[in-house]
Amino acid sequence: MLEPLKPVSRGARIALGAAFFVVFFAAWALATFGGAIDAMFLKDPLYTLRTGVNLFREFGFIGDVGITVFRVVGGFVLAALVAVPLGIAMGAFKPVEAFFEPFVSFARYLPASAFIPLLILWAGVGETQKLLVIFIGSVFQVILMVAVIVGSTRRELVEAAYTLGADAGGIVRRVMLPNAAPQIAETLRLVLGWAWTYVIVAELVGAESGIGHMIMDSQRLLDTGQMIFGIVCIGVIGLLSDLLFKWANQRLWPWAF
Amino acid sequence: MGFLRIEAVSRVFPGVRGGAPTRALERTDLEVQDNDFICILGPSGCGKSTLLRIVAGLDWPTTGRVQLDGQAVERPGPDRGMVFQSYTLFPWLTVRENILFGSRSTPEKAEKLIARVGLRGFENHYPKMLSGGMQQRTALARALANDPKILLLDEPFGALDNQTRALMQELLLGIWEADRKTVLFVTHDIDEAIFMANRVAVMSARPGRIKSELRVELPHPRHYTMKTSPEFSRYKADLTEQIRIEAMKAAQMADA
Repeated sequence: MLEPLKPVSRGARIALGAAFFVVFFAAWALATFGGAIDAMFLKDPLYTLRTGVNLFREFGFIGDVGITVFRVVGGFVLAALVAVPLGIAMGAFKPVEAFFEPFVSFARYLPASAFIPLLILWAGVGETQKLLVIFIGSVFQVILMVAVIVGSTRRELVEAAYTLGADAGGIVRRVMLPNAAPQIAETLRLVLGWAWTYVIVAELVGAESGIGHMIMDSQRLLDTGQMIFGIVCIGVIGLLSDLLFKWANQRLWPWAF
Repeated sequence: MGFLRIEAVSRVFPGVRGGAPTRALERTDLEVQDNDFICILGPSGCGKSTLLRIVAGLDWPTTGRVQLDGQAVERPGPDRGMVFQSYTLFPWLTVRENILFGSRSTPEKAEKLIARVGLRGFENHYPKMLSGGMQQRTALARALANDPKILLLDEPFGALDNQTRALMQELLLGIWEADRKTVLFVTHDIDEAIFMANRVAVMSARPGRIKSELRVELPHPRHYTMKTSPEFSRYKADLTEQIRIEAMKAAQMADA
């Protein structure tokens, strides 16, 4: 039945993927409706859904979702604006890499969440602080990954371009950049996923709004339904942005897929 | 113009991690007349690619110098077009865009060359959609579109199957017979060298040097049926003997 690397049809793939969601919700329903788990710790799926609808209808939860998306996208775009050009410069030019690489490698291990208290001190509890958490969490990762991608341009392609009359600038612009673009986009897609983790952490501490703030508030009210709804919400938005990114990548770089 | 002079060129690669340096190329002299077609024939690892890369400006000689039309070669440039053994088309560009990449290429030249190498109908294809032969035809067109003084080919058909390879040889020869470019062609295939070249330079095993030269007097235009002619066989017997000795030396060195 199961053969290594044997492909699966499109229909079967979708059915199998959907099946796990069914299994997941069935197990959840069984555990909660059956009474095996105290409703205080875990509400049933139906209650969770109703709470969610209620959140949107009466508590303006869409505003929280909006501000969280803004923070993720804002911090992520700022990080990309700094990291992508710097990563390209490092990948293309070895002295630039030698100058930045050791520090960036070190900074990459500084946990973004540990900066939160410091950032609150520096930037207050406003949007600047939230954006900075995401920025710090993403920027060093993107720099290093972009540098590796650009640096691994096939030597033969560079040499071919030289023999066709390209100069150093032309090599970067016309060979390294287009060659790396699809992988850079994939890297950004990956790091966007991480940015979602940082934003929630940032919103758990010193925030007046956002999905994370809602989850924190719900804990005070012991409303596990709302908490779970908030978490699922993040999952759904993450999945949607991921699909959007994938779709855009395949349209933008038809030659790579 | 395209008069190439290689003078006393040698290449020593420094040892890796304290190892002994590698002498890839002994002092080598070679002159390629304008519009001539020269094949450099040698066993693998004899330094023939190194020599070609030095002419291209992609590598540097330890001693000696290379001149093209009296000008010293120091870096790669559009006056020396190159076709590599590995596929080097830019995957993000279509066939036409690849041919237009060169700094001296123009849309008119590109269109002419697309027809010339038989890629009409594939202009808007990406390289990954093409067969190996078509990719190398595109690479050849890309090099020619830049109007180089000399065309450098590093086993360009080495990765192709026999039938495709034979067709590619005829294609390149046809282009040369019509346009008379100066060509320096590196190969380890004896038949290919005789069929294509006016002059075959045989290289010795590593460290490589040109140990003999053979003028191929087969008339142009050449037809594939020549490959079975008695003259062709005589050239082949001669070169086979010379190459065999070098290949054996190379094999012994590899064992040692």
